[in-house]
Amino acid sequence: MSALQQAVDGEAILAVRDLSFYYGDFRGLNQVSLDILKNKVTAFIGPSGCGKSTLLRTFNRMYDLYPGQRAEGQIIFHGSNLLDRKQDVNLLRARIGMVFQKPTPFPMTIYENIAFGVRLYEPLAKSDMDERVEWALRKAALWEETRNKLQQSGLSLSGGQQQRLCIARTIAVKPDVVLLDEPTSALDPLSTAKIEELINELKSEYSIAIVTHNMQQAARISDYTAFMYIGELIEFGNTRELFVKPKQQHTEDYITGRFG
Amino acid sequence: MSDHLSKQFDLELENIGSRILQMGSLVERQVLTAIEAFSSGNLEALQQVIDDERQVNADEVGIDEDCTLLIARRQPAAGDLRLILAILRIVTDLERIGDKACEIATMSRALRLAGDRRIPRLSDLDHCGRLATDMLRAALDSLARRDVDAARQVIGMDVAVDTSFDAILRQLLTYMLEEPRTIAEALDVIWIAKAIERVGDHATNIAEDVVYIVSGIDIRHTTPRQADEA
Repeated sequence: MSALQQAVDGEAILAVRDLSFYYGDFRGLNQVSLDILKNKVTAFIGPSGCGKSTLLRTFNRMYDLYPGQRAEGQIIFHGSNLLDRKQDVNLLRARIGMVFQKPTPFPMTIYENIAFGVRLYEPLAKSDMDERVEWALRKAALWEETRNKLQQSGLSLSGGQQQRLCIARTIAVKPDVVLLDEPTSALDPLSTAKIEELINELKSEYSIAIVTHNMQQAARISDYTAFMYIGELIEFGNTRELFVKPKQQHTEDYITGRFG
Repeated sequence: MSDHLSKQFDLELENIGSRILQMGSLVERQVLTAIEAFSSGNLEALQQVIDDERQVNADEVGIDEDCTLLIARRQPAAGDLRLILAILRIVTDLERIGDKACEIATMSRALRLAGDRRIPRLSDLDHCGRLATDMLRAALDSLARRDVDAARQVIGMDVAVDTSFDAILRQLLTYMLEEPRTIAEALDVIWIAKAIERVGDHATNIAEDVVYIVSGIDIRHTTPRQADEA
């Protein structure tokens, strides 16, 4: 394990070990090791290009969609390395779901936005599916706003509602891990507050990894924070400590606004 | 530490930093003057100490406001956050020290104005006053230089002030037993000594805040041993 890995206590749902990532010849991640803990929120911060989104996208093999991108090292998930070729990527993405910066509802009804993914993995009867849709919308704090318009298009919702729909869609398949890539950067402060509230509620059932440019957001919602810079993990530890008393000067300079 | 990307942020922090030091030197002068004037009986100097309280109070409110604004505007983190939090505490300690200087001045003036009364003369009181003002000066120096080692030394100095206060107390008790007619005056002097002793305590608080600013370790309410190990 890299010397940069700092002790965090608890059960790891994802154990990242010596992970390097390449965009062709360019190395985007260099020997990163850390644990994503079960039922905790782990935040990734760092300037643009530091590799935080790259790291998040290795967790569900998003990069497989792009030729010329490859990962080396290990990410242990339920006892096996999810970077293995043998890994069923579709199943993996059901167990490690992802929500993106820009809300990406499917051009379907609100109901179908959620049912669509569930149907791929579970053949549910109509009444069970109704229940699952309601459950997911309730979890995403969107049920009250949408219960009377489930047959309307998902695109008819506001930005903040669309993002909560995407979160509902992600959790509807009951994943272990939810990855959030700057989920509120396109949202207004009120919608942002709702999503943050939601993240806090979801962590009792899911393990959450979030990339955010908003440092106060990382400080507010995460249990652990990782600071990355030019593909390296600079500091990883308790959020409470990292924002009050960081161990690395680099981290201090970044979170106090001394370099960008 | 290097500069912020925001020059304005740097200016705001520097401004707060220099205001607290200015307030500190004003309060330090108050204490020095009060103790000297108690011995010399310089009524003008005693009045100056009392008059300066208004400025100290204004500084307290002003620096508090600056810190509040900075938190609201900048959401300081890490070292910046610790600095602002500590300054908010230091401002309170400085204001209390100013109060103590005023107590000494007010009481000294009352003793003098009461005329030819028998004021117990104690060299120990001068000694205690010197120790406390040395502590205060060293605490403010450690703040200005962000010097943890110097701050830790200040904390160690408080034992001497406390010991000196105990000695004064014992002497005055003896005095009162021997000369019951001087009890009123001796009690006033005890209050003055107590005020000096409190200056040492507040200087200790300031030094503890300096340790927090620099190292992020909160050593308040720890034993000297625990504080050294932290």
